[in-house]
Amino acid sequence: MTKKENGIAFNLISRHKLQELNTEDKLKFIIKEIKNGKILVLEQGLTPTEQTSLIQHTMKEIEHDTFIGFEMEGYGPDQPTFFQKILGMHKKPRITLIGPANLLKMVKKDNEMIQTMIISRSGAK
Amino acid sequence: MGLFGKITFSSILQRIFGKKHAKIGIYGPPNVGKTTLANRILRDWTGDIMGSVSEIPHETRRAKWKKDVKIDNGNSSLVMDIVDTPGISTKVDFKEFMNTWGLSKDEARRRAKEATEGVIESIKWLEDIDGVLLVMDSTQDPFTQVNVTILGNLEARNLPVLIAANKIDVEESSPATLKSAFPQHPVVPISALTGYNADNLYTTMVKQFSKKKKKRR
Repeated sequence: MTKKENGIAFNLISRHKLQELNTEDKLKFIIKEIKNGKILVLEQGLTPTEQTSLIQHTMKEIEHDTFIGFEMEGYGPDQPTFFQKILGMHKKPRITLIGPANLLKMVKKDNEMIQTMIISRSGAK
Repeated sequence: MGLFGKITFSSILQRIFGKKHAKIGIYGPPNVGKTTLANRILRDWTGDIMGSVSEIPHETRRAKWKKDVKIDNGNSSLVMDIVDTPGISTKVDFKEFMNTWGLSKDEARRRAKEATEGVIESIKWLEDIDGVLLVMDSTQDPFTQVNVTILGNLEARNLPVLIAANKIDVEESSPATLKSAFPQHPVVPISALTGYNADNLYTTMVKQFSKKKKKRR
């Protein structure tokens, strides 16, 4: 959170940056950022295995008064084509929004839109 | 392990005739009725129950299991070890237990801490199961991150999944929405509370979990 500006930081993390990191470093980076109150837009989302590891790591980091976990929504990978299945190719996860659960609230998700809200101290705006 | 893995007489029989014994995990987010369903299954097939249920989320905070539950499907049967896992979530807020459910601060903090440990335990159990009965609340939006994450993980491990679209006794339920959301998996509408459509669930469980599948680790 950028306290000087009294606002909430939204950071778009490039595919390039994410591809540079191995899974462990990627999860450490995400947890550090969201614990600091930042909302991240990942240009390339996490694999299901990475998502599960993120949940596990986050549970170890929960502190009752300062960090209660995260909210995350994104669009999964497109279904592979017949030939991609035969070749064992997997499509990459797509764009994903992730932020601290005390700030970010998911409202609705469908195939066309993911609706979210930023929660103020007095409630969702 | 060799190129073709460890081939035993029993593994050959499994490939031909399917499994006769499987360890099945009951998974899902908090408050979708996992323990109610586990109790329903055990009551119907062993006369026992798995654990207590509550409206307060994260009632089950340690995995519980029951071995050798034989489910009979007329022509075929399957013996299962049923594991009832704590609900998986991406957040645990002790204030919710206080403000929504009226727990004291100490109780709420303790419950929250145990809930985080339960989530970790649930995920660890994924390493040790043969199939998953994924419970979803058919009155809720199916596209939650937890549902999507669990399903993606199971697909990556190539574990057989059966979705139980629970709470169809509630008027607002829409099991059809769940079916259309996850067309790649079998979905069985059920009321774990009343037992409605439990026979269909058992038939599908035997069919789905008898399949021999290779696990990807």
